[in-house]
Amino acid sequence: MAASSTTITSAGPSRPARSFFQRLRGGDEAAYLITFAAAASILLVTALLVFELYTNSALSRAKFGWSFFVTQTWDPVAGQYGALPFIYGTLVTSALALLIGVPLGVGAAIFLAELAPRAISDGLTFLIELLAAVPSVIYGLLGVFVLIPILRTLEPAIRAVLGWTPLFRGAFYGVSLFSAGVVLAVMIIPFIISISREVILAVPGDQREAALALGATRWESTWDVVVPYARKGIAGSIFLALARALGETMAVTMVIGNDPKIKASLLAPGYSIAAVIANEFTEATGQLYTSALIELGLVLFALTIVINAVARLLVAGTGDRNA
Amino acid sequence: MTSLHLFRRKAVNAVMLTVTGLCTLFATGTLVFILGYLFIHGGTSLSWDFFTKLPTPVGETGGGMANAIVGSAKLLLIAMLVGVPIGFLGGVYLAEFGGTTFSFIVRYTTDLLNGVPSIVIGIFAYTLIVLPQKHFSTMAGGLALGLMMIPIAVRSAEVFLRAVPVSLREGAVALGASKSKAILTVVIPAAKGGIITGIMLDLARVAGETAPLLFTSFSNRFWSPGWEQPTAALPVMIFTYAIAPYEDWHRQAWSAGFVLLTLVLAVNVIAHLILSKSKHVAR
Repeated sequence: MAASSTTITSAGPSRPARSFFQRLRGGDEAAYLITFAAAASILLVTALLVFELYTNSALSRAKFGWSFFVTQTWDPVAGQYGALPFIYGTLVTSALALLIGVPLGVGAAIFLAELAPRAISDGLTFLIELLAAVPSVIYGLLGVFVLIPILRTLEPAIRAVLGWTPLFRGAFYGVSLFSAGVVLAVMIIPFIISISREVILAVPGDQREAALALGATRWESTWDVVVPYARKGIAGSIFLALARALGETMAVTMVIGNDPKIKASLLAPGYSIAAVIANEFTEATGQLYTSALIELGLVLFALTIVINAVARLLVAGTGDRNA
Repeated sequence: MTSLHLFRRKAVNAVMLTVTGLCTLFATGTLVFILGYLFIHGGTSLSWDFFTKLPTPVGETGGGMANAIVGSAKLLLIAMLVGVPIGFLGGVYLAEFGGTTFSFIVRYTTDLLNGVPSIVIGIFAYTLIVLPQKHFSTMAGGLALGLMMIPIAVRSAEVFLRAVPVSLREGAVALGASKSKAILTVVIPAAKGGIITGIMLDLARVAGETAPLLFTSFSNRFWSPGWEQPTAALPVMIFTYAIAPYEDWHRQAWSAGFVLLTLVLAVNVIAHLILSKSKHVAR
């Protein structure tokens, strides 16, 4: 029991200034250090993430330079890697998702925040938020077996209405940029609704009352007074949704068609950054191939980081104003 | 003239209010449709074999996904061991010791990390573990999911710790407790329910993640002993089975989707019930 005797001697009469290690045993410093280390490790992990993406894409960056972003060829056999078709597919599907999702999402948010009774609004919002918890692979499953057959039956109608534009010409196999955009729209609507509803609810009540007192109809008070007041927060919710759409992998991979070509028609199959990484990473032979895919990952990372940062600023901005 | 103008304004009012109602109907309708379709389609194709048997060789019908269920559980266990300590302790730091520029940076970074696409987290785990080891493993997949858990674990810990009334802390300190003692014996126990619920939600979220597993834990048609072998996981099985050209695989993909969605939604509903009951939560 030598250990116990040493403990007793060291815990003897206290000296005027306790050493650092003695204070550690007191608990406060130890608690501070342990939790500080955890917090710091989050920064380290993020820094390491950037570092790994950067160094592991060195080969591709050195070989292709900036031309990586403007080259259309993606030919693993010839060792030619250009990111343009994937960037195009990612941007087009996300834009389509916003085009469909923003009006529906903001409309529903307005209804839930301004018109529906609070109890019903809370219940419906919870249901809609459950949609955000559905795993993306399940959206993909529904996209493949439910949405694509529906779009196939709707195809003549879509062509009749929009067929005059070059965007809706050419053969339609089901898997397409359009299908991916629709699936993404369904996936981002819950985000737009829940955040937009929150910021609209945060608009002070006297704004509404003032508008109504001046004789505005319910809609006029909502559209001309409440929505402009909350516009920063609503814009923030749209940016957050956009970041989601850009980085979404599984659902898109399953319905986009996986064809690395740029075609004018939305009905043609395409490819996205996330989808090509998901499909080709495990079968990438050779360091250049893997490196090019990791560079695509770096591009996706940079894109979503910038958009997320903008979104956070916008949403936080609304908070300040309401405070 | 004015009455016509008024009529127009009222008409616009009625039309637009109806339109926003329809938007809501569409959004909630989607959920009802998704749930209904999966429960009818997936529920009916579910059988005991799904939980107890291994996948059959290509071309043979039947079999199940027992290995994927166990694989998912093992992945989530590692994810929890990675994500919860860092997330929880980081949250304690932000709630109890924070308030400086450093906390601001940590909070901001956490938000950014939360926005990183899951496929990029997959690449990260690949470069950290798979690349040096030169083989796929349960460990790598678990690490990827664990990293994804950190941001929400931090945030929920911070929010629920902050929700504990100051009077409780003051009481503990007034009785002579040190700060760490007060945190450990008063504040954390008071916030325990919320924090555990937050971790449950976090787990439910990563349980459905597929992209980060594709090139970390990969897949496996057999049992995966230990932690160093590639393993099957439910979400990855849904993906591979859904895009395969076999009718029977599609049926099993629906079953797997049904099981996964039921678990995820059950956790979410239970968490919602717990949180709406607790009075500390502002929401």
